[in-house]
Amino acid sequence: MSAMLLTQQILNGLLDGVYYLLIALGLSLIFSLGGIVNLAHGAFYAIGAYLTLVISPYLGFGGAFVVAPVVVALLGVVIERTLFRRFYRSDPILSLLLTFGLAMVAEQALRMIFGAPPLSYSIPPALRGQVAIGSFIYSFYRVVLLGIAVACVVGLWVLLQKTSFGRVVRAGVQNPDMVGALGISLQPYMSVVAALGIGLAGLAGVLLAPIYSIHPAMGQEIITPAFVVVVIGGLGSFWGVVIAALLVGLVKGVMVGIGYSAASTAAIYLLMLLVLLFRPRGLFGERIMRFE
Amino acid sequence: MSNTNQFTRRSLLKTAGGLALASGLSAPSVLSAQTSDVIRIGHLTPRTGFLGPLGEYGVMAIDLAVEEINAAGGLMGRKVELLKEDSINPQTASTKAERMIERDKVACIIGEISSASCLTIAQVATRNKTLFINTGGNSDALRGKDCQRYMFHVESQNSMYVKTVGRSFLRDGLVKGKKWYSLTADYAFGHDLLSVSKRFMQANGGNFAGDDLVPTDATDFSAYLLKIREAKPDLVVINLAGNQITNFLKQYAEFGLTFPVGGFGFDTALAWAAGKGNFVGTWPVVWHHLLDTPGSKAFVAAFTKKYNKPPENQAWGDYIATKIVAQSINELKSAESPKIIEHFEKGAKFDLLKTRPGYFRASDHQLMHEMYAVTALPADKIKNQWDIFSSSPAVPGPDEPLEVIASTAEENVCKFPS
Repeated sequence: MSAMLLTQQILNGLLDGVYYLLIALGLSLIFSLGGIVNLAHGAFYAIGAYLTLVISPYLGFGGAFVVAPVVVALLGVVIERTLFRRFYRSDPILSLLLTFGLAMVAEQALRMIFGAPPLSYSIPPALRGQVAIGSFIYSFYRVVLLGIAVACVVGLWVLLQKTSFGRVVRAGVQNPDMVGALGISLQPYMSVVAALGIGLAGLAGVLLAPIYSIHPAMGQEIITPAFVVVVIGGLGSFWGVVIAALLVGLVKGVMVGIGYSAASTAAIYLLMLLVLLFRPRGLFGERIMRFE
Repeated sequence: MSNTNQFTRRSLLKTAGGLALASGLSAPSVLSAQTSDVIRIGHLTPRTGFLGPLGEYGVMAIDLAVEEINAAGGLMGRKVELLKEDSINPQTASTKAERMIERDKVACIIGEISSASCLTIAQVATRNKTLFINTGGNSDALRGKDCQRYMFHVESQNSMYVKTVGRSFLRDGLVKGKKWYSLTADYAFGHDLLSVSKRFMQANGGNFAGDDLVPTDATDFSAYLLKIREAKPDLVVINLAGNQITNFLKQYAEFGLTFPVGGFGFDTALAWAAGKGNFVGTWPVVWHHLLDTPGSKAFVAAFTKKYNKPPENQAWGDYIATKIVAQSINELKSAESPKIIEHFEKGAKFDLLKTRPGYFRASDHQLMHEMYAVTALPADKIKNQWDIFSSSPAVPGPDEPLEVIASTAEENVCKFPS
């Protein structure tokens, strides 16, 4: 294989990782602050994709891009207010069961409403075509997708690092009791975090609907690698998740590139195993008292 | 948020892993009392996972078939009761087959799509001397080294798919002296299909440029597409299955690749999901909804009336298998598997909604029938979301024996274990 192709595969792998990132960041945030492993996160991604199909005929892809994530985020707030909040103080195993059930209910609901066969959706004409970056020819749509994803990640980082909202959230991750003692209620923050995290999953659904098969179980396909990313990255670490997502994408892409595609899925689990062996809290996981 | 319940990351991971495994098991079906005034038929097919979308067509079709059979007086005057389960994976499929046979006393089991699950169901069926009709597992090995006396195949074997669409490739000059590159689903079906494709392409002078095995849960094909673009093949051969095919087609169009595409395995629902403009190439099918025969037209009309969409090839498989069983039981006045098997092995002919009737070949239990190669229509010739391809005439042609597209006894040796 030429060095050129290897370079292409590395770049492509990194790009692939960015899709996982949109799912994994929300997963990590909700877990870090509320202690809830949201196994239903993939379902919100699927709902985002299906909403794109519903909204596009009226508002176009652009309209779906704006409306669908907002609808999914609102759904997230409803779920947080009615279900998640009952489980913040209990054993995470219970919330795991809750979200596991929620994922099944959501998938089955999609199946009942839209039918089991996959539905068709294509890239809008304006976003089709190829771009050449030097001799690297790449899908224009994916470049757009990358731009949107990077904007989301940077936006989220600014929100968490540079605003008073972010400071409370970060303090809440580290020591919720102290935050409470200072007279700050974490409940509204939790709603916003759920809206952001789940809205991002919905956004990922919108962005990937034109290039992936849209079917009721599509959430399951993405939740496992996203979960692996969170574990590799480590809890409480923003950049840990970012680097882990890129790493997972890179490992998958390069495995295909060098001709070991059959092991490309297994490789990310091996990566997780190796990381956990040497760094049990993940790459950049912080020591969070209540999770030790 | 005080910490009242201690837990560790480790226990959490363990539980998450456990749940992921447990999701393979579904709720047990309700135990119903044994009654002699019904005949039970078991239906097993994947309804979730990457083959789930196809399994759902099988379920819709067998529901329709049983409805029609019961409306026409049932089996020997008794009503048919259908037991349907999601087969999920080979292990679960085998457990559920066992339960259907031993506890629910089904007359036979119909269904399946995964070649790997077909094998485990066939083993249970043979051990319990109960008929199993495979409606969707393609691998040649199921008709060869893994063949079983109690397993029959309405679904075509890989060899039939390859030789059917292979004729189109040969006609279009895409084989002899040409470079072909393939993507193969990484499980029993794909491995089997790859070896059958290699045999065909080699025998006809094709040059093998490379193959990538694709995990069944793969959704992103960009890494594979970059390799294909670098390899510059004359023909891209798709040995994928289920959602993989839809994902591939959508992304092949996205990356603007224009090498001719063809598949050695296919399901129409996947082309419908890829949609106009994304669906390209020439692909083999056992049946499609545009067939111009009275039987097919009636089936398409009944199915469309009930479900508001046309049936696809997997629907035909489960529908026709059920009709074959019903017709045989009523003719034989017996629902005993050994008698039905004897009837099949004697070469009984069945109407398959095509131009010629078909029969099961006694040597490997494969249904001998006509197949078709469908070619994607250019976007400007497509009138609706369903009629997105044109079809070849029936393969084999009217003057040829049906067996010419099937594997020969030397290519695929079947010795039924006694």
